[in-house]
Amino acid sequence: MMKSIFNKSAVVLASGMAWAGSVVFSAAHAVSDLAGGPAVNQLNLHPAVTKIAEEQAWLHWFMLILCTVIFIAVFSVMFYSIWKHRKSVGHKPANFHESVTVEIIWTIIPFIIVILMALPATKVVVAMKDTTSADLTIKATGMQWKWGYDYIKGEGEGIGFISALDSTQREMSNNGGPKAGEVVNDYLLKVDHPLVVPVNKKVRLITTANDVIHAWYVPSLGVQQAAIPGFVRDTWFRAEKTGDFYGQCSQLCGKEHSYMPIHVKVLSAEDYAAWVAVEKKALAAKADDPSKVWTAQDITARGEKVYAANCAACHQANGKGAGPIKPLDGAAVVLNADHKLQISVLLNGQNNLTMPAWKQLSDTDLAAVITYTKNAWSNKTGQLVQPSEVAAARK
Amino acid sequence: MSAVLDHHAHDDHHDHHAPTGWRRWVFATNHKDIGTLYLLFSFTMLMIGGVLALLIRAELFQPGLQFINPELFNQLTTMHGLIMVFGAIMPAFVGFANWMIPLQIGASDMAFARMNNFSFWLMIPAALLLSTSFFMPGGAPAAGWTLYAPLTLQMGPSMDTGIFALHLLGASSIMGSINIIVTILNMRAPGMTLMKMPMFCWTWLITAYLLIAVMPVLAGAITMTLTDRHFGTSFFNPAGGGDPVMYQHIFWFFGHPEVYIMILPAFGIISQIVPAFARKKLFGYASMVYATSSIAILSFIVWAHHMFTSGMPVTGQLFFMYATMLIAVPTAVKIFNWIATMWQGSMTFETPMLFAVGFIFVFTLGGFTGLILAMAPIDIQIHDTYYVVAHFHYVLVAGSLYAMFAGYYYWSPKWTGVMYNETRGKIHFWWSLIAFNVTFFPMHFLGLAGMPRRYADYPMQFADFNAIASIGGFMFGFAQVYFFVFIVIPTMRGKGEKAAQKPWEAAEGLEWEVPSPAPFHTFETPPKLNAAANQIIA
Repeated sequence: MMKSIFNKSAVVLASGMAWAGSVVFSAAHAVSDLAGGPAVNQLNLHPAVTKIAEEQAWLHWFMLILCTVIFIAVFSVMFYSIWKHRKSVGHKPANFHESVTVEIIWTIIPFIIVILMALPATKVVVAMKDTTSADLTIKATGMQWKWGYDYIKGEGEGIGFISALDSTQREMSNNGGPKAGEVVNDYLLKVDHPLVVPVNKKVRLITTANDVIHAWYVPSLGVQQAAIPGFVRDTWFRAEKTGDFYGQCSQLCGKEHSYMPIHVKVLSAEDYAAWVAVEKKALAAKADDPSKVWTAQDITARGEKVYAANCAACHQANGKGAGPIKPLDGAAVVLNADHKLQISVLLNGQNNLTMPAWKQLSDTDLAAVITYTKNAWSNKTGQLVQPSEVAAARK
Repeated sequence: MSAVLDHHAHDDHHDHHAPTGWRRWVFATNHKDIGTLYLLFSFTMLMIGGVLALLIRAELFQPGLQFINPELFNQLTTMHGLIMVFGAIMPAFVGFANWMIPLQIGASDMAFARMNNFSFWLMIPAALLLSTSFFMPGGAPAAGWTLYAPLTLQMGPSMDTGIFALHLLGASSIMGSINIIVTILNMRAPGMTLMKMPMFCWTWLITAYLLIAVMPVLAGAITMTLTDRHFGTSFFNPAGGGDPVMYQHIFWFFGHPEVYIMILPAFGIISQIVPAFARKKLFGYASMVYATSSIAILSFIVWAHHMFTSGMPVTGQLFFMYATMLIAVPTAVKIFNWIATMWQGSMTFETPMLFAVGFIFVFTLGGFTGLILAMAPIDIQIHDTYYVVAHFHYVLVAGSLYAMFAGYYYWSPKWTGVMYNETRGKIHFWWSLIAFNVTFFPMHFLGLAGMPRRYADYPMQFADFNAIASIGGFMFGFAQVYFFVFIVIPTMRGKGEKAAQKPWEAAEGLEWEVPSPAPFHTFETPPKLNAAANQIIA
């Protein structure tokens, strides 16, 4: 009963606000709503895709309406008083200034209201924290500045990949954002590898981080959970609709904080099974033999790609770095004939992890990127680092 | 006016010793001079912090990076927060305390005059360290004003100077608090019992205890950060087995009482002004004192509501949610008392009253969004988004800052001896009120739609509200420049209508028993008070 009243008034308020929104603002940018992500001039929470998000949205309307009613009631009294009890209309001041009864009444009433507010919230908190009996467990690892996903348990176990912002969008940001007339609905939300999950399955998400605290935040799923280095936390969601849902890192994590979005792709059971099959096959094919001996040309070409995906954000495509970021072009460590030095920096990080550790990359990728930096720009060292050297250094 | 030091008997002692020129300020031991120093200092910091805020708003005017790279952006948000909290709001209230507490309780000065001088001058090096950290190698600290570990471990040397600056500011605050507590407890004029004391003194007494309780906690947290950075400890460094969440607990154990430190004196100022302009005594004086104390006590047990997304057990989340919502009760009592004070009064709306009513209205809006944020399930949706930014600017700008403006308009006739220009005051009020809401109201929508805070660039769907907020921000900034240039400076130069000893018809309190401007020395001998302790019996 209560719920339906709130839902109805919510609809009325929402349509009113939407109308006001569309009248007041004409879209200055050519952009339209992103399904599963933000809508243009969105006024309220995202459309819910999980039960929890639905409950959160309901609670928010419940609170918003209750608070609005109280606000209007209280301030009607104040403005009535301001209107009527003015010196300029000849009102004479009364003398009262104390009443224990009144004080007790207006202490108890807010107290009761607060309890009424807390009751429905309690139910949701308990539901939110129940991460038991999950169908699928995925670990999300926050890294400066991308997300790593590992499928720990359930269908797709063993799959793992890194999900980073589309590099052209990052470039676009540096150049002042999308140009006038350029339509980029998923600006700063597009990733190279979205997290893929099945619909109607309880997904338990374990969060952790490699360097600093990040937070995994997808509004439509009703999930926000900090990813803390050295610790694991968990949360869960059960998406009830297929589709694409977007979110962003919500905990300040350094300079690229605005550039580590989250894209969750919810697939039907069959599509998910198909995706798992493809992914597993690709995984098997991609698994590089770490003992393979590469030619300079092949490994440099591969290294260039690894560099663009992982290193260029800080060290820049020209290898010159910027501000506190050290240049690689002409750097002593890079030019040094002792490969171990640079390998160690990449495996362990440097300067309190201002240069993060990259041990999550494969031996082949690390060898490739090191070879690339040793030969790119003015660093024409002619040195070639093989995956086996990286593998040896790992031990 | 026996209480006022007239130029008779004591003439020969003081006029010869009263320092002049720069010595008057550097060696200041007079509570009024130190109060002035504090107020001017905090306004300067407000301007510096404001410029940083406008740089942020300029960058966010449109999607894409236009003026500021992401590193600098993080430095700006961090330093804006630190400077506004520790450099603007807190010292400004200490300035009010210095000026008004001795005048309101009939004391000749603050209890420890030289410590008072020291606690002011300690802030100057701290402010210089903070403001110039942008020019240090690697730039200013960029870990957010909350300085969460382990991001602080990645910062450059400016992090260390920042920590040092916070230590200095903390020491200054603690000394200021000791001074205020001792002054209030020991130096009240005979007959001024605690329960007859003006509300402003009450709120500051409670605030001073909060400060003494929590500033050392902050000092501990940042010292541990410092030793993690340089001396190989691992309090918060996960690489050595430290716990970054422990930092959050310690920080917010300081941080939550801190937000009440920034609002309780504001409540005090409003509780002085509303009765004066309603021409009616403050409704429920005793309940106001109890409500303030309850807020202060509750503020110690709600800290983890800042950490609902950090991960905590279900019982923890429930406890902190309930405790936080409980704070709404004493806060509501305060609002009701103010409105009951206005009820059946005979109100006029000079600028102090406008700001006071504006405070009650807009601050309550911020209070309600606080209640919404206190609900853990809703917080999951809007934690660390612009909703939070909107919320705390509603309580800190429309709350603390408006109360200070109200206090300035109310007491500046006493400070300067001239009336401010009423028309300009009203322009300042309406301009600020409108600009403030244009800036911060749209941020609620951005937060609900999921735009995280501390973002240098954002999806295009958020563009319009950001543009509106930026325009509002600049309007608000210019309003404060107008305030200083066209209202404050003229009154400081003594330009304007001469202020009467009691310029407000129904104002009560001992500060209105001394001439305007208040003489350099007041209440050299304890005044004789009437039964209500609000007038001097000649």
